[in-house]
Amino acid sequence: MSLPLPCPDSPAEKSGLQASELGYLANGPYSFSIPRGRCIGLTGPSGIGKSQLLRAVADLIPFTGGLFYDGKPSSDWTGPQWRRLVCMVPAEPAWWYDQVGDHFDVPFDSHPFCHWLERLGFSMDSLQWRVTRLSTGEKQRFSLLRSLVRRPPILLLDEPTSGLNIDFSKEVESLILEEVAAGCGVLWISHDTEQLGRVCDNSYILDHDGLTELQVEEQP
Amino acid sequence: MTSGGVIALGSIDLGLAAVLFFLLAIFSWKMSLGLEKRIVISGLRMTVQLLLIGLVLKFLFTRVDLLWVSVMALIMLLAAGREVRARQKRRISGGRGYLIGTGSMFISSFSITIIALVTMVQVDPWYSPRYAIPLLGMLLGNTMNGIALASDRLTSQIYDQRAMIEQRLMLGENWQEASNDLRRDCMRTGMIPIINAMAAAGLVSLPGMMTGQILGGSSPIDAVKYQILIMFLIGAGSGFGVICSIRFTCDRLFDDRHRLRLEYLDG
Repeated sequence: MSLPLPCPDSPAEKSGLQASELGYLANGPYSFSIPRGRCIGLTGPSGIGKSQLLRAVADLIPFTGGLFYDGKPSSDWTGPQWRRLVCMVPAEPAWWYDQVGDHFDVPFDSHPFCHWLERLGFSMDSLQWRVTRLSTGEKQRFSLLRSLVRRPPILLLDEPTSGLNIDFSKEVESLILEEVAAGCGVLWISHDTEQLGRVCDNSYILDHDGLTELQVEEQP
Repeated sequence: MTSGGVIALGSIDLGLAAVLFFLLAIFSWKMSLGLEKRIVISGLRMTVQLLLIGLVLKFLFTRVDLLWVSVMALIMLLAAGREVRARQKRRISGGRGYLIGTGSMFISSFSITIIALVTMVQVDPWYSPRYAIPLLGMLLGNTMNGIALASDRLTSQIYDQRAMIEQRLMLGENWQEASNDLRRDCMRTGMIPIINAMAAAGLVSLPGMMTGQILGGSSPIDAVKYQILIMFLIGAGSGFGVICSIRFTCDRLFDDRHRLRLEYLDG
């Protein structure tokens, strides 16, 4: 099942990511778009292939159909270049250095890195923490930050607040929305449809019937 | 019992040595250590294998023929390839997996053996089985060890650390960067046996080949020179073999879009 592609002539829709008849593993084909400056929600039952959909969009697994950025096919970029444009933040982030700070390739005093660091509840000293001592929530916030500072035009977020308390969830939501307002396109996976109603312009549900638009009541 | 300075061994001498080993089997049986069966089988198997290879070498040495030497070399290569594959916990599936180990050994061992025969030993003809077969055997044996260790470690590390590799790919690194630490670690693993052997040579252990040559009547200085040559060849052979196998393995497990393709791994 696929949704009609947005009109390709409309310049607003052409800027950003488009997936056309995207098939991966045994799923699809699905067509959808993640325009820049918009936040798109994705929900659905566990194990239906939402995370795999993100992996396909990030070109981490083989797919059929087409992925386009600003109208150009993904094959115009190398894999790593594509993933710098379309950056996936996984539900379970991995770390490979001992210290948290080594995973960030920006000057620590640069803007907006410092600012974001504080908003997510960390200080400069936190960058010297050992990765092995991080809690699930801390890992999740650091992981988001690690991708955000690379300023990718498209962000794919897999349950970005699943391990966070209410306060940090709200902080992450408002931080992402600021990035969206600044022109970032976001695909946000969540089980929490209320959250998707809060942060997303429109949402899809992925289930056995395919990919369909989700009707959510706007929060007052 | 002497012939050309070498004390030839008779069946009784060998039998006496075998008795010591099979005595161990009896002890193992009495003490229920559970090793007696393997001791007996490995002892018999080794004897039969070596007697056969003695006959084969005797045959080869009488006819200095490139074709026969090549057939022998090929059999040794295929056996080593099988051995490398058997020692892997997670194998690259299909014939490709066999080819990676065998191909790496072929590239490094064969080229280095030929270079050594032509430029260093300078035997005429260069494929003289008396030099070619033992040289190749030593190179293959050691390269096989290095490659088996390194590729076993590489495939299991890539499998175990797939989340870390994919995370690095997600952040826009290429496959070389994402697998850098693992590849370095596997290179080390593959090279450690030969580097350790070099460090211990002469101090802790007298290498087998040198010992054999001395027992065979060569002067110690000649034996040492050969051993030095062999050590360098083995070191180079293992190293280049390991480099090849790491490269070929990564070429299979990462595709041209720099994706990690674990579906090519069995188990």
